Amino acid sequence: MTFAAAGVVAAGRACWRVLRALSGDDAYERYLEHRAVTHPEAPLLSRREFYVGEQQRKWGSINRCC
Amino acid sequence: MLKSIVGIVLAIIGAFAIGGIALHRNEPINALWLVTAGVCIYVIGYRFYAAWITARVLTVDATRATPAERLNDGRDFVPTHRWIVFGHHFAAIAGPGPLVGPTLAAQFGYLPGTLWILFGSVLGGCVQDMVILFMSTRRDGRSLGQMAREELGPFGGFAALAGTLMIMIILIAVLALVVVNAMKGSPWATFSVFATIPIALAIGLYVRSVRPGRVLEASIIGMILLLLGVAGGGWIDQSAALRGMFDYTGPQLAAFVIGYGWLAAIIPVWLLLAPRGYLSTFLKLGVIALLAISILVIHPELKMPALTRFTAGNGPIFAGKVFPFVFITIACGAVSGFHALISSGTTPKLIGSEADVRLVGYGSMALESFVAIMAVIAATLLDPGVYFAINTGAGVVGADPHTAVATITGWGFPVTADQMAQLAHRMGERTLFARTGGAPSLAVGMASIFSSTFGNRLLAAWYHFALMFEAVFILTTIDAGTRVGRFMLQDFLGHFWKPLGRTSWYPSVLMTSALIVAGWGYFLYVGVIDPNGGINILWPLFGIANQMLAAIALSVATGILIKSGKLRYSWVTGGPLAWLAIVTTVAAWQKIMSPDPTLGFFAGAADLASKLASGALPAARAAVAPKLIFNQQLDGWLTILFTVIVWLVIADMLRVAIRAARGLPTLASSEAPRVARMPAVGGSGS
Repeated sequence: MTFAAAGVVAAGRACWRVLRALSGDDAYERYLEHRAVTHPEAPLLSRREFYVGEQQRKWGSINRCC
Repeated sequence: MLKSIVGIVLAIIGAFAIGGIALHRNEPINALWLVTAGVCIYVIGYRFYAAWITARVLTVDATRATPAERLNDGRDFVPTHRWIVFGHHFAAIAGPGPLVGPTLAAQFGYLPGTLWILFGSVLGGCVQDMVILFMSTRRDGRSLGQMAREELGPFGGFAALAGTLMIMIILIAVLALVVVNAMKGSPWATFSVFATIPIALAIGLYVRSVRPGRVLEASIIGMILLLLGVAGGGWIDQSAALRGMFDYTGPQLAAFVIGYGWLAAIIPVWLLLAPRGYLSTFLKLGVIALLAISILVIHPELKMPALTRFTAGNGPIFAGKVFPFVFITIACGAVSGFHALISSGTTPKLIGSEADVRLVGYGSMALESFVAIMAVIAATLLDPGVYFAINTGAGVVGADPHTAVATITGWGFPVTADQMAQLAHRMGERTLFARTGGAPSLAVGMASIFSSTFGNRLLAAWYHFALMFEAVFILTTIDAGTRVGRFMLQDFLGHFWKPLGRTSWYPSVLMTSALIVAGWGYFLYVGVIDPNGGINILWPLFGIANQMLAAIALSVATGILIKSGKLRYSWVTGGPLAWLAIVTTVAAWQKIMSPDPTLGFFAGAADLASKLASGALPAARAAVAPKLIFNQQLDGWLTILFTVIVWLVIADMLRVAIRAARGLPTLASSEAPRVARMPAVGGSGS
């Protein structure tokens, strides 16, 4: 019972992670992780600055098709 | 061993399904045959052909570091798990194209479109997407235009760029026309599509200011609001006072879409484009999944015959024989040149291992092709008479319902005015006659599928949901396309006067956006005033342009293969290239030279001019005739231009290929030098 429940919880977590990665919901966390490894000393963008910058960049090239 | 047994079993089932599809005559065939044939062919193509191409032709090297690993900057270049890249790539390539093209091509029957979608994708479209993705990955994510310039020469690069800009303009125009035709005279559809704009703005503000970056929860809220918008449209449609506020004619809606397109291109991305991008992606994936499940559950019979009399030409939806026009009408879903722009540039920078290009490049396109098969099913499960009544312009069958049904019944597809009136009533529309563009007929098909799966109620709500769904991502394509077109134009004009190239200088932004919008707005406007619905002219032009872009992409790929000493494998991309070159050229030749006024652009213009001169046209049609005449001539010249560009690129590729085969010097390969993968880095891709 508990074993099955743990399985369901784990599967749910995995789904949630995939969904967040697919939608870009976790982009800011990934940015923080990346900066912590590469430039730990440099100042960080706030969540909002990061989001706006990301969108500007993402939609600046062809990323939708017919 | 097990793999080959599975392969043989799949091949047998697939062959059976294809045989079943091809040999069924004069009795309805079940949609499951199409689904089975599709799944078998995609799996065989993926497991055997794609695997062979990656191993032998491309010699994919999973131990070689990808640009995402070498240049990892946490933003553009990020090694990403292959299924996540697959999702991003699929969401980017799958637009409204694979839904509209197959719907229109159903005028030939279900067979030609189905066969082209299946074989065109596994042998052509999937290969193109995968090979370009691989080549761009080997070149640090270079765009198609850059690869063309660096590998073939400046002319190839220029042609790719010019081709991209032209196809973008035509693409946006034709999609905008689809949306306008779907909203025309329908307050419910107009309200639910209009409602998507404030909803997207609200979500944009929310995800920027209220809860920055929480796109998942914002998307869920947005989806609920969109559904409420559809419900609200139904309520407005019932109210005699309110429905007039959302009841517009084609030209009014065209003016609205043009103004909207310009505004959307100049306001910040986070405010409208990005939030609606999220909403449309969620809707798209959800609807595709829902449609696949529903088709399996209700497995409808297809009522359209395998082949109709229109394979010989004279089709009411668009003119021309099945060869070459089925191959032009269905571009997205079989081979789409536009995909080469996505497969180069953005996606390669996410690839975590070269081994992933098969799943991401070939696999995503196979899935898009499956979406096209579902569109074939949704179009052909309708009574053929109903299908033709919805999709044929008033200029062909007459504006009066009784004349229209008499004409269509005369073609051998019985339908009554009563039947159409009842159907329109059940879908919550005033009329379903002459709702050209493919969206309404697809929505009727989808509504029938969904309502049979989920109980025979809410038919009208499903219909308007389907229309809203199509409109949302068409509007996304319009905004995104206008914006990218603007960047390309600014980049180009910047060569002449520096400030024009600055994407942050407002006068230049306003002017270049206006120029791009004027470009597609013109074609949209002419399409709207055309009594034949406009789609019959614009869609073939779009198809030719899209296949032309595919021919350019395949030329670049073939040139690179030959330059890298793989002449004997060059048929992998050279074969599809030859086929597309033949198909596009024959189609273009007919569109230019045919004396048939419904088929040839110049013949159509001449025919209309002589009717105008002799006073044979009624006043309303005489008033728009000069514009239609000019437009047909313009379309004819554009077709000539497209064809010339394609053949110049092919000639340029052949020149490079012959030099390479003879051992003469060519431009050096722009492939980035091999760096071995670090075992610990990335790792997500394998």
